[in-house]
Amino acid sequence: MEMLSVLNAFNYKFLAALEVGQHFYWQLGSLKIHGQVFLTSWFVIALLVIVSIAATRNIQRIPSGIQNFMEYALEFIRDLAKNQIGEKEYRPWVPFIGTLFLFIFVSNWSGALIPWKLIRLPEGELAAPTNDINTTVALALLTSLAYFYAGFSKKGLRYFTKYIEPTPILLPIAILEDFTKPLSLSFRLFGNILADELVVGVLVLLVPLFVPLPVMALGLFTSAIQALVFATLAAAYIHEALEGHGGEEEGH
Amino acid sequence: MDPLVAAASVIAAALAIGLASIGPGLGQGNAAGRAVEGIARQPEAEGKIRGTLLLTLAFMESLTIYGLVIALVLLFANPFAS
Repeated sequence: MEMLSVLNAFNYKFLAALEVGQHFYWQLGSLKIHGQVFLTSWFVIALLVIVSIAATRNIQRIPSGIQNFMEYALEFIRDLAKNQIGEKEYRPWVPFIGTLFLFIFVSNWSGALIPWKLIRLPEGELAAPTNDINTTVALALLTSLAYFYAGFSKKGLRYFTKYIEPTPILLPIAILEDFTKPLSLSFRLFGNILADELVVGVLVLLVPLFVPLPVMALGLFTSAIQALVFATLAAAYIHEALEGHGGEEEGH
Repeated sequence: MDPLVAAASVIAAALAIGLASIGPGLGQGNAAGRAVEGIARQPEAEGKIRGTLLLTLAFMESLTIYGLVIALVLLFANPFAS
């Protein structure tokens, strides 16, 4: 134990303080909002806006540096949308899918890469915005709205025939599906990100140096995959609404 | 918190995550095995198979994550704690 006491020379305990379910409340009228989520999401939004402006301020015919990088990102998102929604109708949905992907991706990685815990709050702690269920539920509900809008704008009231289309017996399941989609989307993202941060936190608490690094790398990987999964599923749902039945079913 | 509720919650959380990991474990093993078979049969399709495999593994993993969310709710935001 004497050897290990070297590790305790600096006070790392506050870095590993796990505060699940404690929030830095702001009172806004009659609303009680989670301030730490707002602070980190503003940071993420500012980062995205600054990078986008920097990339598009001085556009060259032959891209280089940050413009090159953002073109790569745009191409990636466009391919994602094209693969899911199809060649003909993907274009109007690229901004939505891209916003979802980039926001979730940068949020997840900011929670893992930026040492938020060095900044002390009176209550709660700064972490990835997607660490809070309210953020993920908001994103999932936006996705629901988007696919309802997609189906409605394309087919009008005929969109609702999809509930009774093959047979009316499946009506309850078809209605239930509209509720399980946002539920599974939000829980998947929230659970993954919270689990990542908890595992890293517990490991930092046990062994503060080096040992948590592989788990952190795994966390980076899963958070990137989760952003991809969220965007892919949103695009798949939109495709399903545009196509009506007969489109392939996506698992939840 | 009532000690009985606390004990029941801890056991329930452990069971939730433990049971929720059985099915996805089997599913992920199955999927990974099939993917390896596919790559062995058709090595040139490796990139595509890997991408699809990762995506499907994430879907299966999310089932365990649902159990984990329940466990975390029971441990940190227990509705019965009063």
